[in-house]
Amino acid sequence: MSDIRLEKVKKNFGATEVIKGIYLAIDPGEFVVLVGPSGCGKSTLLNLIAGLETITEGDIYIGGKRVNDTPPRDRDIAMVFQSYALYPTKTVRNNITFGMVSRNIPKADQDAAVEEISTLLQIERLLSRKPGQLSGGQRQRVAMGRALVRKPDVFLFDEPLSNLDAKLRIEMRTEIKKLHQRLGKTIVYVTHDQIEAMTLASRIAVMDNGHIRQFADPAAIYEDPVDLFVAGFMGSPPMNMIPGKIGAQDGQCVVSTGSPDEDPLDFPLPPALYERVSAMEGRDVILGLRPEAIFAAGTELPGANRFTFERPVSVVEPTGPDTMILFHHAGLDVVARVRPEDARPEGTLFSFEADMEKTKLFDAKTTLRI
Amino acid sequence: MITRTRTTVPLGQKIERWLPRIVVSPLFALSLFFVYGFIAWTIYISFTKSGVMPNYTIEGLSQYERLWATPRWYVALSNMFVFSALFIAISLAIGIFLAILLDQRVRIEGVIRTIYLYPMALSFIVTGTVWKWILNPGLGIQNFVRQLGFENFTFDWLVNSDYAIYTIVIAAVWQSSGYAMALFLAGLRSVDDEILKAAAIDGAGAFRTYFSVVLPIMRPVFLSTVIILAHLAIKSFDLVIALTGGGPGYATDMPATFMYAFAFQRSELGVAAASAVMMLATVIAIVVPYLYSELRGTNR
Amino acid sequence: MSRKNLSGIVQQTGAQHVVMRTLLFLTLGVFCLYYLIPLIVMIATSLKSLEEIRAGSLLSLPQEVTFDAWNKAWSSACVGVRCDGLQPFFWNSVAMVVPAVTISTILGALNGYALTKWRFPGADIIFALILFGAFIPFQVILLPMARTLGVMGLAGTIPGLILVHVIYGLAFTTLFFRNFFIGVSSGIIQAAQIDGAGFFGIFFRIVLPMSLPAIVVTVIWQFTQIWNDFLFGIAFTVGDSNPVTVALNNVVNTSTGVKEYNVDMAAAIIAALPTLAVYVIAGAYFVRGLSAGAVKG
Repeated sequence: MSDIRLEKVKKNFGATEVIKGIYLAIDPGEFVVLVGPSGCGKSTLLNLIAGLETITEGDIYIGGKRVNDTPPRDRDIAMVFQSYALYPTKTVRNNITFGMVSRNIPKADQDAAVEEISTLLQIERLLSRKPGQLSGGQRQRVAMGRALVRKPDVFLFDEPLSNLDAKLRIEMRTEIKKLHQRLGKTIVYVTHDQIEAMTLASRIAVMDNGHIRQFADPAAIYEDPVDLFVAGFMGSPPMNMIPGKIGAQDGQCVVSTGSPDEDPLDFPLPPALYERVSAMEGRDVILGLRPEAIFAAGTELPGANRFTFERPVSVVEPTGPDTMILFHHAGLDVVARVRPEDARPEGTLFSFEADMEKTKLFDAKTTLRI
Repeated sequence: MITRTRTTVPLGQKIERWLPRIVVSPLFALSLFFVYGFIAWTIYISFTKSGVMPNYTIEGLSQYERLWATPRWYVALSNMFVFSALFIAISLAIGIFLAILLDQRVRIEGVIRTIYLYPMALSFIVTGTVWKWILNPGLGIQNFVRQLGFENFTFDWLVNSDYAIYTIVIAAVWQSSGYAMALFLAGLRSVDDEILKAAAIDGAGAFRTYFSVVLPIMRPVFLSTVIILAHLAIKSFDLVIALTGGGPGYATDMPATFMYAFAFQRSELGVAAASAVMMLATVIAIVVPYLYSELRGTNR
Repeated sequence: MSRKNLSGIVQQTGAQHVVMRTLLFLTLGVFCLYYLIPLIVMIATSLKSLEEIRAGSLLSLPQEVTFDAWNKAWSSACVGVRCDGLQPFFWNSVAMVVPAVTISTILGALNGYALTKWRFPGADIIFALILFGAFIPFQVILLPMARTLGVMGLAGTIPGLILVHVIYGLAFTTLFFRNFFIGVSSGIIQAAQIDGAGFFGIFFRIVLPMSLPAIVVTVIWQFTQIWNDFLFGIAFTVGDSNPVTVALNNVVNTSTGVKEYNVDMAAAIIAALPTLAVYVIAGAYFVRGLSAGAVKG
């Protein structure tokens, strides 16, 4: 079980800077997920940790050892790839033992390891088949078996579930989580699926354009996003971002949104935020409200700092357990989450209630959280 | 919406539906006639009494008997097998070797590939002419090495009945090994990068990665390259004519040159037809099973 | 897929690595020489005088560069009984290649298009039969073709040779275009059909313009095959209508008079120039053509 440290890591491909100076400290036994949109550099970062890419600047430490110049085989890592990367002409057994042969492990030990792993992953019946004869889920398990058998200190996963169908993905996700609980090894996991990130990680690193925007546990990422990007990336449907200005009204701080001629809405801020916005009158801000923070008026238990307003229903989207109601405001479609029985048809004037305790305020120019 | 019920399809639409068939038919008919019709004719002639002119009375297998009684035919056949075996084996070996070398992230790969492959752009006549010159005993390599001081060096294969066939191998390998390399390089490139990364993590060095992981994946490429080279080998005509003319004597004769000689020079059409049919049979035996398995595999 | 993705794998640095890289480049270099030396010898010999050839050695560069051999090869070498050099036969080849390539390419495109985009019963079988035609040894059609050309009055003429090349080139051109069109989504065709276009309309206005890569590959491949052909040339043309490859063989293999090796080499270069030039200029497409021809149906 090793810790991983990245210090001032930069990676250029030719003239393009892909990783732009990253600091990352992963504790032993953590399950860290690197998440972000395509092209943000998460796979590159994983490859740097694995040694599949050379580092342009900076240092990488695994288990306290500087590994910049160590080839992948000596870094005590194992990796599971998006396309599983099984050796197509070898049987499952030979796929698993391939690495052990390279390391001159005696045959008896090899067989014992294969036994252990195949029982753990339930692939005993598949040992003499070839990858082409396996289903996606089975291939995934063989790929994990191949990684496990190395008994490494660090496991690396590069979007391992992207090629599976939705149902299988959820199954395998749980299996990976159980594996981590059982083995307790350090895991670095790359995905573009924020639900995977939320469910699997002990800490999430949200990446964008070669930088890590925020590195924290899932709850903090969700409830305490550090900027607009993180707030908008995590959560589905995404957080509503309503542009407005800080103002004062009847002794309260409000965010005035919407144009004055159209129906303006002044969202009152909770007292907890007063301190932070005291000197900001007139500042352009973005008011962030997650869909679950806007619901049908009166349908939740009463609480402090609620704001009720009325708007005509623009679109109704039933999702099964909830119904999303969209209304038009300040030039965008704002999404509210209501119970299916509270939904009203399009065009009706609807009473919404917003829980202002849950609001997140962002500076419009710097996109940072206020 | 008004629905019209018609019992006849408008003429324009009918033509449209048949147009693809109309377009392909003449071209297909041409194929049928000029390929299969001609093959049938040649096969037929091989069973007749034809000599200088075609004679359409069937005579059974007499032409084949005459064919197999001609010593020259045996020379041609053994030459073809010897040549094909050597040509295919050496071209494959060089091709795979060079492909693996070029796969090692060489920066000037494009230039090198161009150099390795340009002989394929030459006519076999040109290749034969050049190598005839290079292998010329008096003025070519033999002379060159002797001038370097090795007075007793002999390299007169070109005019030596026993060794002349190997000169054809040399020239043919020079021309076609680049092609084998190109095919293998394409195959190597099609191997998923992630598999190689996995092998790197698994600790396999360069050699082990190639032998144990990559080359087994290359088996289909092997097969198709062998088929293509075999096909080239069976058809060798141009190169033989240019390099040795079939000689010395008929020491380097091949079925293709044999057929040509008997058809257009010795005017023995029946025997020529029989030899052509033998060539066809050889090609069919090799190519058809391969084509069949390939077409079935890619059937939508 | 290039190997750039793997160039970053951290390697053991050190002496062993450097030694291997040097060995690699040395070997590649040796093979470069292997492939280039015949070409160099060919060019060098063509620029030498006969005396120099006899006195000198195979690999020596010409001490006195002379283009006499070239002149002779082009305009006065004796091909059979006619001593006008390769020139007339060179133009024979040109006159033969241009129509043959054009026609076989267009027909191949039509064929490939009809076979893949307009599914009709038997399309696959027809394709298989046409494809097989590319693999037959041509010896098996030489005799009947010679007779047929005679019957059509085309024996020993260039138009006859054009006809032969078109017919037997169809298998390859159809193969190239079929493979290309399979990769083209049928959606485009269907959209055009909804818009009201017909078979030929779609072909000329939509399909043909987008098949430029396939056209280039096919043209280059056909040009090379047809220009370099010898068997059909020698079987179906006589004397004045010979293509340049046949003429070359005649020049080189004349048994009369003094062997003029420099003229032989110059003649070989002349015959090789067009395809070599095409290769150098459009090499990438040539390679694509080779692989496409090799890939199964």
